[in-house]
Amino acid sequence: MKLTTALATLLLMTPAYADEIWVTNEKDDTISVIDVDTLEVIKTYPTGERPRGITFSHDFSRVYICASDSDAVQVMDPATGEILHDLPSGEDPEQFVLHPDDRHLYIANEDDAITTVVDTQTRTVVAQIDVGIEPEGMAVSPDGKIAITTSETTNMAHWIDTETQQIFANSLVDSRPRHAEFVKDGTELWVSSEIGGTLSVFDRDTQAEKAKIEFKLPNIHPDRIQPVGFELSAGDEFAFVALGPANHVAVVNAATYEVEDYILVGRRVWHMAFNADKTQLFTTNGVSGDVTVIDVASRKAIKSIKVGRFPWGAALRPTN
Amino acid sequence: MTRYLPAFRAITTREALRFLHQRERFLAALVRPLVWLLVFAAGFRAALGLSITPPYQTYITYETYIVPGLCGMILLFNGMQSSLSLVYDREMGSMRLLLTAPLPRWFLLFSKLCAATFIGVLQCYTFLAVAWAFDITLPPLGYLTALPALILAGLMLGALGLALSSFIKQLENFAGVMNFVIFPMFFLSSALYPLWKMAESSELLHDICAANPFTHAVELIRFALYVDIAPWPLLWTVLATLVFMALAIWGYDPARGLVRRKG
Repeated sequence: MKLTTALATLLLMTPAYADEIWVTNEKDDTISVIDVDTLEVIKTYPTGERPRGITFSHDFSRVYICASDSDAVQVMDPATGEILHDLPSGEDPEQFVLHPDDRHLYIANEDDAITTVVDTQTRTVVAQIDVGIEPEGMAVSPDGKIAITTSETTNMAHWIDTETQQIFANSLVDSRPRHAEFVKDGTELWVSSEIGGTLSVFDRDTQAEKAKIEFKLPNIHPDRIQPVGFELSAGDEFAFVALGPANHVAVVNAATYEVEDYILVGRRVWHMAFNADKTQLFTTNGVSGDVTVIDVASRKAIKSIKVGRFPWGAALRPTN
Repeated sequence: MTRYLPAFRAITTREALRFLHQRERFLAALVRPLVWLLVFAAGFRAALGLSITPPYQTYITYETYIVPGLCGMILLFNGMQSSLSLVYDREMGSMRLLLTAPLPRWFLLFSKLCAATFIGVLQCYTFLAVAWAFDITLPPLGYLTALPALILAGLMLGALGLALSSFIKQLENFAGVMNFVIFPMFFLSSALYPLWKMAESSELLHDICAANPFTHAVELIRFALYVDIAPWPLLWTVLATLVFMALAIWGYDPARGLVRRKG
């Protein structure tokens, strides 16, 4: 009996860890950690200069951070917030993507017009691929065979064969492509164009454009509608698209490519991350310095949480 | 006690019947805030969102912001309308009948106030339902928690109407009330703009708005609609209700009130 009571007490005393959303703050050179249950910032960790892209290793034991102005990809221990080491990344890394092998990082080097492939275990550069001017968006197919770099000034999506590390196709997109994702089990590639104000859908096999999604908001000038980051809901049913200075997130039906809704969030929304069961979406709002939490089912913003200055990237860290 | 209940029932039934028979009044009471909501707010072009101020947790559109203010507007107009009907009663002579009832004057006035408040609250909920249909929604529980706030605000503005009606001798003077009470009260409040925005243009305007009891009634409703309590606006609204009610009772006191002096 005593043992049961003691065990029960111990269980009650063990702190219940909630999942976390990690947000990079470009101007503060920090990461804000948001508790998904309480929707409050619980920790702030210092990083290198101008942190932007952020992603976790598959077992969540390491977090990779693009410290753009430090010209490095930093590797942090998420348990302690300690920077373990830097990876060679080429100059001005902005976005990157972790290959499904959990080992290779594909990094866009904006100033050098190259994509750098880094082995995170040996900490060496495996390949550098010449791409268009100002590469930014990075994606990799779920089977790991294709990597994508979008170049902001050349206005192209470059298709890279990850075995040969060579470009095998280029697709023209609208002005200033900023973000790319493979969706629907990798059968489609979606690319957002910031200045073009569109989202292009490409067929993976033919690399041909099969649809283009446009956005229109009442009372907001079209110039302000600048699609950047986007994420797909559970089952790739809907896409949530950040519209930058339009301060809205668009909800796109991924089957019909129709825009169904617009959700008001903070100022200049950049990127976003879902919670573990994809019922909540966290958007980083650069200018207003906060993160808006969206209830996915009702498509309503429920809270905006103050973080550091100019939040940019976001990633989920499950703790259970 | 047995004498009180029939009187209360008679006064409220009369008010309810009057309201039911005046469908245009109900429609007008609904159209007014809806015009503000759907035309004025749409033209205000705050599509990019208003900054976060309590009780809001995130960015809101202007349409969402003015909903509590428009509830206040309904109650304000309803309070004035009820005072108008008292002036009408006085001209028609039915007020003499009412005031000669063998019951304390304050009870008769309070019954009248309750009836008017009930109608005002009913109008508010109709307005909220229409706003909901236009996708201007609130937290579901907020529709319930707003009830006490709407009642208190209704009592306060109804009491103001009663107090004013003791000053007004003729129906024609009601236009004056509109100009000197309703409009300043409505525009110099937080109904249409947040107080911090007022402070940006003029500190004096901000101070006037902050002292306006209508501002506190609106803030009370605003917080209640978001399942929150605003202690200061609550205190101010209760105080204002007591003061206006006391003024109305004094105004209608046959021995030394305004009724005798004027009439």
